[in-house]
Amino acid sequence: MLRGLAGDATAHAQLLGALGGHLRAYFTRRLGPGAAETEDLVQETLLAIHLKRDSYDTRQPFSPWAYAIGRYKLLDHFRRSGVRRAVPLEDAGVLLAAETAEEGAVRRDLETLMSDLPARQRALIQDVKLTGYSIDEAAKRQGFTPGAAKVAIHRSLQRLARKVRP
Amino acid sequence: MRTDELIRTLALDAGPVPARPVAPRLLAVALAGAVLWLALLAVQFGPPARSANAGWFWMKAVYSLLLAAAGLMATVRLARPGGRIGAVIWLAVATVAWLLMMAGHETMNASPGQMAHLWLGETWRICPVRILIIAAPLYGAVLWVMRRTAPTRLATAGAAAGLFAGAVAAVIYGLYCQETAAAFVVAWYSLGIAACAALGALIGRYLLRW
Repeated sequence: MLRGLAGDATAHAQLLGALGGHLRAYFTRRLGPGAAETEDLVQETLLAIHLKRDSYDTRQPFSPWAYAIGRYKLLDHFRRSGVRRAVPLEDAGVLLAAETAEEGAVRRDLETLMSDLPARQRALIQDVKLTGYSIDEAAKRQGFTPGAAKVAIHRSLQRLARKVRP
Repeated sequence: MRTDELIRTLALDAGPVPARPVAPRLLAVALAGAVLWLALLAVQFGPPARSANAGWFWMKAVYSLLLAAAGLMATVRLARPGGRIGAVIWLAVATVAWLLMMAGHETMNASPGQMAHLWLGETWRICPVRILIIAAPLYGAVLWVMRRTAPTRLATAGAAAGLFAGAVAAVIYGLYCQETAAAFVVAWYSLGIAACAALGALIGRYLLRW
């Protein structure tokens, strides 16, 4: 995003491409699979992200910003189609979930967020949610009992979710 | 159009994007509006009465200015997708609480006969309406700036813009208003400002769409 803002067209295209994938997944979750509007919404959101990219504050995390635009476009879509539905705000965490952690901007956000957790909990979350160990394996690696690991994971996730909730 | 084509087209248009902070633009239009109002009021009614030494004058000014600051900060944050306003709400709440405490203190020290006068003053009927009238063009100017930003919570952003415009209007009106009681200010100034915020939320829902 930062390089795109500086005028790097390749980086900008890469970012939009990656975001397109996440947005498609997000809208599919909200509208159900195969909904005809999904691709329109993806394009509309990408266009909005492009046109309004000067509204991104470079000191702030990136994904909540992009996610807020996606959510806005979704609500806008519901409003126009006359459907009244609530979109829960908690889903900000979903954009930060494991499958998106490869992307640079998101990973930076994730690191900022995780830096708040105590070291052992952070290592645990990394093993389970990002690296993909099972809870039992990860607990052994970090020296937790399986029960304590589950509690620690639950608490850490709650704490992270609280931080990303707008 | 296919999504990857769209992305390619958008990337062609990538050019460097300067950061465009919202706060200075909002401040500029609000100040310009305030200066216009003051000029108009000065022509119509003469310069404000000389009461700048009185504590009550500053009580009104500080109250309105603090609310204006809260409104400005909230508006700036809500102009960006994903902006949060938790801390700003507390500033507004603390400001109102502070004046409520002063009003309570006044009321307790007043004789029963004075109480109604403390809370109603001479001008309680017109004060909120005048604040609303002064705020209307200011709100228009703030909205004009906001239309170029990207608010994602329209009603909230509209309310914040209304709070900002209403509080600036209260600062202006306070220069000409001769009421001296904190109780009056906390009741009727707050009502006028709150009405601006409520109307702002209603209008923002429609006019802030993008």
